[in-house]
Order: sequence, then structure tokens, then C-alpha cells
Amino acid sequence: MAEPEIAIRIRGLCTRFGTHSVHEGLELDVRRGEILGVVGGSGTGKSVLLRTIVGLQQPAEGEITVLDTTLSTASDAERRALERRWGVMFQDGALFSALTVRENVEVPLLGVPGLPAATRRALADLKIAMAGLKPVARDKFPSELSGGMRKRAGLARALALDPDIVFLDEPTAGLDPIGAADFDTLIRQLSRSLGLTVFLVTHDLDTLHATCDRVAVLAERQVLVTGTMAQMLEVEHPWVRDYFHGPRARAAQADAAAHATDKA
Amino acid sequence: MTSDSAETQLAEGRAAPGLHLSEEAGRVLHLSGRLELAQIAALQDGLAALPSDAPLTVDMAQVQTLDTAGAWALAVLAARHRAAGQEVNWHNARPHHAALLDTVIGALPDEAKEAPPRPGLTDRLESIGKTSVAGVTFLLELLAMLGLFADRLVRALIRPREFRLTSLVHHCHEVGVKAVPIVVLMAFLIGVVLAFQGSSQLRQFGAEVFVVDLIAISVLRELGILLTAIIVAGRTASAFTAAIGSMKMREEVDAMRTLGLDPAQVLFVPRILALLLMLPILGLIANVAGLFGGALMSWVELGLSPGMFRTRLVEGISVTHVLVGLSKAPVFALIIGVVGCHAGMKVKSNAESLGQMTSAAVVTAIFAVIVANAAFSVFFAQIGV
Repeated sequence: MAEPEIAIRIRGLCTRFGTHSVHEGLELDVRRGEILGVVGGSGTGKSVLLRTIVGLQQPAEGEITVLDTTLSTASDAERRALERRWGVMFQDGALFSALTVRENVEVPLLGVPGLPAATRRALADLKIAMAGLKPVARDKFPSELSGGMRKRAGLARALALDPDIVFLDEPTAGLDPIGAADFDTLIRQLSRSLGLTVFLVTHDLDTLHATCDRVAVLAERQVLVTGTMAQMLEVEHPWVRDYFHGPRARAAQADAAAHATDKA
Repeated sequence: MTSDSAETQLAEGRAAPGLHLSEEAGRVLHLSGRLELAQIAALQDGLAALPSDAPLTVDMAQVQTLDTAGAWALAVLAARHRAAGQEVNWHNARPHHAALLDTVIGALPDEAKEAPPRPGLTDRLESIGKTSVAGVTFLLELLAMLGLFADRLVRALIRPREFRLTSLVHHCHEVGVKAVPIVVLMAFLIGVVLAFQGSSQLRQFGAEVFVVDLIAISVLRELGILLTAIIVAGRTASAFTAAIGSMKMREEVDAMRTLGLDPAQVLFVPRILALLLMLPILGLIANVAGLFGGALMSWVELGLSPGMFRTRLVEGISVTHVLVGLSKAPVFALIIGVVGCHAGMKVKSNAESLGQMTSAAVVTAIFAVIVANAAFSVFFAQIGV
């Protein structure tokens, strides 16, 4: 089999806030079409990594290449073209509070030349439905939605332009277990049917089991290891061991195993 | 979507979606090119022109790229055929195109159900009714807040332990001392303007000396306290709403209740009481500054010496004007404090409601102060003071 195509390539990344260093020589490859889960303890810079890749944070050193565009050397036009090819879902949706859900999803579509208003509306409605929101939610304002619905609306907006890559920041944080499981299924389904590459920052072991193809562990200012869930269980590093063998991990694992036998 | 092969790369130069309909052996639509967002209008127009009176087979072998927008247009076509009782079959679709099409057809929202009802006469009447009830409820709530304040104040008198002295002093500083510069400047300028305008008018009649009466009565009786109250309403009502509102937003007020602390005693009493104490003082300071500005301008403009100004002021102007003016201060203070605290408690758990309530508090407080001032004018005129 040929080498898998790389969607995001990070080499020698250093991120610093003043004298405090978050990443030192971090390296990571995200393959096309995979769902990569990024885990790590609090303060290991998972969200910072996400923000650095999408350009909200300037790295001190290192090189990030997304879809064959190197961020540090890209011209403004190249950057804009690239930004249309990724979508970001922030932790609480980060919806524009003055706009309804539909208008929020329409925002990225406004930049498409020659798109009739009725079509734009219909496409927004489609994305809202694909994100699993009921039609009544379309005309509501973000403040009228529950946390789970805001996340779904944020996902619909991130998907508006059919991106190649979707960045998800803690997609299941603050959701009840049923809502979280639904969201996991949704991510998996969408990534398969739309051919998405998903970069997912999470704390949720269930999400890792249910959705991720590979997992990257952030610790000691680097990506400590990457691999499948099964490979993670073999790693000897103390933090990784604690993380994937703790009582919560075992419960999530048993859960995933039960699901697998159900399907068989 | 993902680019498929070298062939796609070659055809990159905007391959418009191609539609070709053949009628032999059933109706077959041959699609080709890039079915995606950038060319969606052309695709839609082409598909809309197709009749839906016979079963359709769609051949997707030549489709280069398909994104959700393209799939949506196809899904709409399929929905139209289904509504007409005809079937649509998809042929030769690449696996990932077929998967995308399935997802989009599954998610396609039902268009027939929506069509927002137009607001009828009853709806409008209902909204008028709701607005009226909301207005009355608002007034009742303000009254309730006033009652709550009075109740807690009396309780604090009976049980002084519960009273928050430190907090009161802090708020007196915030509300009173920090407002002095702006109040002084405002009143001084008002005095200057009155003297300037008054003297230019009164000079025509040779009645320049009456400028003292003009300034003194308007500043002492009306403008000093009214404008002070408006400035305080602007800076303090908003501050009260923002402070209490952000505590409400972060559930601090609820936490207080669960800890056995009474939000009314802790939050409202020190604030409203501080206003009640400080506003008359600020009004008095404004009066002095206004008279000073007026005297200065009279001296410059009319050559009316400060000594003469003082003599005229003491002899010609009754002290009742000062008392009338300052007697309004406590009422204004209560209005500002109650409106500010009430708006703060109305803040919901999101940031935009905090902003809304803060600006609503300022508008309501200023408006209420002006209305109250008008009511006072009528009242004092009636009792002949």
C-alpha cells in the first residue's frame, strides 16, 4: 500500500507564551480522511495546538503544512483559499449571538459568488439538518439553544463550505452521555460520507473509542506517541498508562467492546 | 471535495456541470463535470428544466466532483420526482459520491412543512396585550424592589449586625466621591451658559442684574439636581446593573442564597443607601459649582462683581428654592438605585442580556428621573412653593 496522503504536517513546532513554553519541537502528521483524536492532561496545549494550526496563534518556531500549503510562507490569497478548505468548531459553538442559527450557517456561504439567496438558505437548512438539528432550531438565536444544540449549530457552520478538514475543540464536553454518544456517531458518519479529515481535541475516552482512527498523546511539550487505540494500551509511559488504563478508561473500553459484539 | 485523479486535475479549468438527457430506453440523464457549490446556479437551472413525469435514471459515471451543494441539487430533483410519484435511480456513481448522496437525501429537510404563518389581527392584538401586561408587571416589580429595600433597611436597623458597613462606605466612594469631578464640571458649564444667554437677553431691557435671579432659581430649583441625577443615572445605574447582572450570570447570586446570605441585604441595601446619602450631597456641590460658573460669567460679560452677585443672591433669592431642589434628591436616588438593581436581577445567563439590561437600566433611570422631575414641578406649583 502506498504512503497515506498527509493533510496536516507539523515539524519542529515551538509555541511559547513569554517564557512559558507550551510546545518544544512538536511533530505530528494527520492523514487524509482519518479522524485523529488529540488527548493530553490539562494545560498540555491541546487547544493551543489546534489554534496554532488554524492560525489563531503564531508559533515561535517550526513549520505547519496544511493541504500542501505551508502556513508561514503562504501569501494572503493562499491563506484565504486555505481557510475556505477547513472548518473549525469551537468549544461552545462560538456562534454569532446576534444571528439566528440559519444566518450563522449562511455566513460562510455569503462569500460564494453568484449563489442565489434561496439556494443559500436551502443549503444552510441542509447543513443544519445534517448536523442533527430539528427544523425548529433554525430560526432560534444561540442564547435560546442548549449546549448540545449550540455545538451542533457550530458544526453546521464549520461544514458550510464542504471543508476538507474539520477541527473540533472538545466536541462532547458538557454534553450528557446520550448527547455525547449521538455526537460521536454524527462525527463518524459525516467524516465517512463527506470524506472529512477530522482533527479532534478531547478529554472524552468514549469519543476516542467510538470515533477516532488514531490517537495522538500530548505530553512533555511534544506528541509523545501516535497510534490506534489498541496500540495506546501497549504504551509504557506512566501518564499514557494511567490515562488508558484508569477506571474510566476500562469502563469506556468495555462499552466499546460490547458495542462491537452487538454489531457482530 | 477530494480531488479524484490526474484527469480531474487536468479538467481543473472550471469544468461546468454537464447535463445530457437521452430518451431511448427510458429517460436517462447523463451528468458530467464538477457538481459543486461554485457552479450550483447552473446545475440548479439545468435540473429545474427537467420534467418529472416519468421515471428517471441518472448516470453519474462522468461526474468529476460532487459536494454537498451538488448532492443537494440532485436530492431536490429526486424529491420532486417522488412527489410526482416517479422514481429516480442512480447509476454508476463512485462509492463516495453515492455515500454523500445518501447522506444528503436522508438529511434533506421537508420544505412543505414550513411556510411561517403570517401574523393575523389576533396575533397583533395579542402582542399589544402582552406589551401592556409587561409594562404593568415591570412597574409592579420596581415597586416590589422598593419594598424589599425598605424592608431590609428596617431589618438592618433592628439587627445592625446584618448591615454591611464596609460595603456601604465602598459604594459611597464609588457613587459619590468619584462622581464629584464630572458633576462639578457639568454644573459649572451650565452656570456659564445660563449667565451668558441670560445676560444677552436681559441686556435688551436693561435688566442685567436679574441674571442673578435667573441663574440662582434655575440652578437651585431645577437644573442642579436634575442634571446631577441624570449623570448619576448614566454612570451608577449602569454600574449597578453590570455588577449585579454579572453576578447573576455566573450564578453568584444563587450561590449567595444557598450560603444563607440575603442578596437584598448584601447587594441592594448598600448600593441604594449609598445613592440615597450621596445624591443630595452631589446636588449641593452641583448648586455651588453652578452658581460659581454663573457668577464668573456675569463678572466677565456684564461686569457684575462677585460681591454684587452675592448680595443680590442673598437678598433676592429665598432659601426655599434650595430646599425644593434638594428635596427631590432622595426620590431620584431611589429611582436610580431601584431601576439599576432590578435590571441587574433581570440578567439571564448570557452576555448579550447583560448588555441589553445595562443599557435598558440607563434609559429607564434617566427617563424616570425626568418624569419624576416634571411631577415635582406640578406638585410644587400646586402647593405654591
